[in-house]
Amino acid sequence: MADKILDTFIAEENLPYAFCPGCSHGKILEALSDSLKQQGLDPSEVVIVTDIGCVGLSDKYFVTHAFHGLHGRAITYASGIKMQNPDLKVVVLIGDGGCGIGGHHLLNAARLNTDINVLVFNNFNFGMTGGQHSVTTPLDSITATTTLGSTDAPMDIAGTAQVNGGGFIARATAFDKDLPELIQKAMNHDGFSLIDTWELCTAYFVPRNDFGRKEMMEYMDSMQMTSGVLQETDRPSFQTSYKNIQKQASEQSPMSGLVLDTKFSSNLEKPIRIILAGAAGQKVVSAGNLLASAATLSGLWTSRRADFPITIQTGFSVAEIVISPEPVDYSGIVKPDIVAIIAQEGKAKISRLTNAMESTGTIYHSEDLGDIDSEANIIPLVFPDEGKRDMKKNISAFTVAFLTKELNIFPFEALKEATRQIQKPKIAEINMGVFAYFE
Amino acid sequence: MNNQRREMVDGASAIARGALDAGCNYFAGYPITPASGILSHMLRELPKVGGIGFQGEDEISSLGHCIGAAMAGATVFTATSGPGLSLYSENLGLAIMMEVPIVIAISQRLGPSTGAATASAQGDIQFMRWGTTGGYPMIVLSPTNISESYHLTKRAFKLAKRFRTPVFLASDKDTVMTTESVSVDAMKHAPDWPEIPNGIIKKALDPYRVDGPIHHYTGSSHNDDGHITKDPDIIATLNEQLRMKIESNLDELSLVKSDLEAGADTLMVSYGVSARSMDAAVNKIRNAGNKVSSMTIYSLWPIPEKTIQDCLTGIKRVIVPEMNHGQYLREIERLVNRDIELIGVNRVDTILITPEEIIGAYHGR
Repeated sequence: MADKILDTFIAEENLPYAFCPGCSHGKILEALSDSLKQQGLDPSEVVIVTDIGCVGLSDKYFVTHAFHGLHGRAITYASGIKMQNPDLKVVVLIGDGGCGIGGHHLLNAARLNTDINVLVFNNFNFGMTGGQHSVTTPLDSITATTTLGSTDAPMDIAGTAQVNGGGFIARATAFDKDLPELIQKAMNHDGFSLIDTWELCTAYFVPRNDFGRKEMMEYMDSMQMTSGVLQETDRPSFQTSYKNIQKQASEQSPMSGLVLDTKFSSNLEKPIRIILAGAAGQKVVSAGNLLASAATLSGLWTSRRADFPITIQTGFSVAEIVISPEPVDYSGIVKPDIVAIIAQEGKAKISRLTNAMESTGTIYHSEDLGDIDSEANIIPLVFPDEGKRDMKKNISAFTVAFLTKELNIFPFEALKEATRQIQKPKIAEINMGVFAYFE
Repeated sequence: MNNQRREMVDGASAIARGALDAGCNYFAGYPITPASGILSHMLRELPKVGGIGFQGEDEISSLGHCIGAAMAGATVFTATSGPGLSLYSENLGLAIMMEVPIVIAISQRLGPSTGAATASAQGDIQFMRWGTTGGYPMIVLSPTNISESYHLTKRAFKLAKRFRTPVFLASDKDTVMTTESVSVDAMKHAPDWPEIPNGIIKKALDPYRVDGPIHHYTGSSHNDDGHITKDPDIIATLNEQLRMKIESNLDELSLVKSDLEAGADTLMVSYGVSARSMDAAVNKIRNAGNKVSSMTIYSLWPIPEKTIQDCLTGIKRVIVPEMNHGQYLREIERLVNRDIELIGVNRVDTILITPEEIIGAYHGR
């Protein structure tokens, strides 16, 4: 609340308004000024966010804070301001044009119930650019771009905000004597408010359509779009709901890196590039993480890339792991040293890479995958017989255990330690069971 | 063998941690591969520290929310990829004109259009520079690995505040989505980079606040009071300041890693994920007994022109590996004399440039 209540919130030194004679914009601005005065606000408590069009000229007529941005986006700036500083009263001045181009923002702010106040200057056409048709242009009306009459159904701005759950929604005209009181009600509502204020564009829409005040009221009746408060809900505002989220979140610990101390050693002398290729659901990426972590625990450097389709639980899943005695520079793999293929999907996905392999490389594969076209050594994955029962479900764990034994890059203990350190206890327990078959 | 402590970190986490440690308290963004990891981290982490993480209804809205929040005093951050950057374009211009500090992480994927969502590319390097109306200078930093992602994110916040302008962090799918082992020390301590001075180049952004001074901020050409003006002198001064606050501070903004070898007549210049392939190639070339110099550019824009030119003594050819059709090569072309041969090593097929291709270029293959 202000220490001293202003007589007006209009910056009188900037008058007269730049609006055309008879334009209703000034009337609405004065209603807003009267409302701010009635509310006893200090100018520093109010941010007026203006959209583009003639209404976008309004910020300079106010002694409050002001923000003038891009066409249709006023609601997004206003929401950002309000989210950051809920003590500010944020009022958006926007035309029917802005509600068209920024319709997405309008309906989402209503849906979120963001605590901003939208005052629509709805004069049925684009005034600033020469009277083109807008989303609210009445059917059959003449505009610069509908010279034979508009064929489009007009958008009901208030109705749109209403069905999307906006907290306080009203329809009014620039001629309503109680507009300041209505604005005050809207601003006092904790949540999204919108007043769809109908008015006259005397430069274009009025002369082209003989559309004066009387005709506008008749149009309102004919559309059954009554004025007054259309919706008032006590749904919590975004601001209130988010405070609750912050409260819950404050009890959680912040993110941190997974620190692995070197506990084991390795004799690896040059980088080795390994690919695990399987199908979604086989936990291939997780197996890649195990290999990379076990190598890291052994004083080596690693990178782990993952490749999978956009959809999950279907198609291929590929993990590319580079393990190196020095920090990894180039992390790509075009000619792997080691490949383990455990599903047809993975086999197909990396066929380009297996084709490129030479006799220096080795491909391990599950049974029943058919021929593999490659110069590399091709060796079947052989798992301990006693593990057969668990194999299908945990094939990735079997594969990394096999590779750890076969490649001897780091001790088997490192794989077990990685499992304990990086996996959820339940998964770790299953994997440790698998690893036991190899000891 | 090295007994230092290591962390397993992916680029998205490193960037998010960098932002949080830089004091970011507001993030708005929209999901897009390969930048969604940053969005998830920020939306999860910010409410824990009393900040706000918001998923907008689209990228236009997300950047609009960031700009609004910044004008109310937030330290803001957003992240997207090429298609999202397309939608950021108009608000990018507003942020330049309104002088809004904002950090924008771009995780590049292969374009044009939706292109290949899960593949690395460096095709938006010129787009970041020229991505909005007016052609005003942009600040773009580009990390090559996880620890640099963390430290350059922090640096981006300092620059955004100091220069009151949007700052891009240009990475790519591989840098953001690959998990690597990083030494804990490298995450903790920035490389030996010159410090960014604390002051503000013009004057600090004074946010809207109750009982604070009244502010009018606008994206239109304006006078000092934030009111629209058509006065050519005022407009000229404003626009010249927007340009010069960056262009007159090139030395401070230049950030590169030079690895020069005496007697080398070939200089390799690269950035981002491709600089790693370059480093691998340089090692192999030297191990084979040949000479080569290299330069990794961290401050892609404004171009560290003087630093690059200083490294051209004795250089007969420049090789520029990058995952596009030669977007940075054309900038180097501007800076070198005609006697220097320019060779691009380029790939736009989803596959990282290999060290062997770069070595091939070195040997004229």
